[in-house]
Amino acid sequence: MADLILLFFLLVCAVTAIVQKELLNSVIILSIYSLIMAVVWVRLGAVDVAITEAAVGAGISTVLFIAVLTRVKRREEITRTKLQVLPLIVVLAVGATLIYGTLDMPDFGSPTAVTNTHVVPRYLEKGVEETGTDNFVAAILASYRGYDTLGETTVIFTAGLCVVLLLRSNKKKL
Amino acid sequence: MSEKEMADDLVTDEQNSQIIRKTLVKKLIAFIQLYALYIIIFGELGPGGGFQGGVILGSSIIIYILIFGLEEGRKRISQKASDLFSSTGALIYGGVGLLAILFGGHFLQYSALPLGEPAVANHYGIMAVEIGIGITVAATMIILFCEMIGRD
Repeated sequence: MADLILLFFLLVCAVTAIVQKELLNSVIILSIYSLIMAVVWVRLGAVDVAITEAAVGAGISTVLFIAVLTRVKRREEITRTKLQVLPLIVVLAVGATLIYGTLDMPDFGSPTAVTNTHVVPRYLEKGVEETGTDNFVAAILASYRGYDTLGETTVIFTAGLCVVLLLRSNKKKL
Repeated sequence: MSEKEMADDLVTDEQNSQIIRKTLVKKLIAFIQLYALYIIIFGELGPGGGFQGGVILGSSIIIYILIFGLEEGRKRISQKASDLFSSTGALIYGGVGLLAILFGGHFLQYSALPLGEPAVANHYGIMAVEIGIGITVAATMIILFCEMIGRD
């Protein structure tokens, strides 16, 4: 029941964020969306993701969006367009296909699901012994999947580098 | 009350609310940063890790800049420092990986580091890597925010 209420609020937030013409409102509603999503992650047992969602989604990305809003126009222009039938049909069809696809997915937390029978038992059995770490998420991210995380860190560094190259004004040259 | 007096009242109100905000933020930042460090260091025992802790560490500086302004904030952490930290974290990560090669393991095989039992060495390796991620993420968040609000 609580999950359904959270899902309902997620939908309301998502639709409102799209419909809003005042961009600042959209940004604030998106941050509420992330906060609800963080609660959903906790309910799904993914506490690491929940912390990330709360810190990044509800916190820093909201601030960054607002920082961008200081540089652009704050109101979306109101444009009246006719109801377009073909795109609507395409969107509904794709949505229906995706929902149909979820019907084949294993139940949440099912012990026979492929993800839970392939490498997960191996990690759970040998993880503490091999990595000396109690948190499996940290063990997988930093140790078993160390290459991936190194790549992610490089991506973040590169993002910062690109922003510096694009936005930083070089006063000596001007 | 004349118009000028009303305007004066508004100014003092504005200044007073500034004082409240500034005092609050000054007191809060210590706790935010302590929490960030806790999340980075204990990321391998409980939920959290370098990425989440780094974001929170970066936000503590961002909230300072929001209240005190970009110039005051840049006195706390200069442009050069945040640029340097951003690359230092990634270098720590890669450096730990290369150290493992020096001690006869594979790239990023922390258990090869000479820190005792393989599991213990791995434990320290993960911790070093998480700290590296935290430094990079925190510095990058500060850079992103400062460059976006900084007027040319």
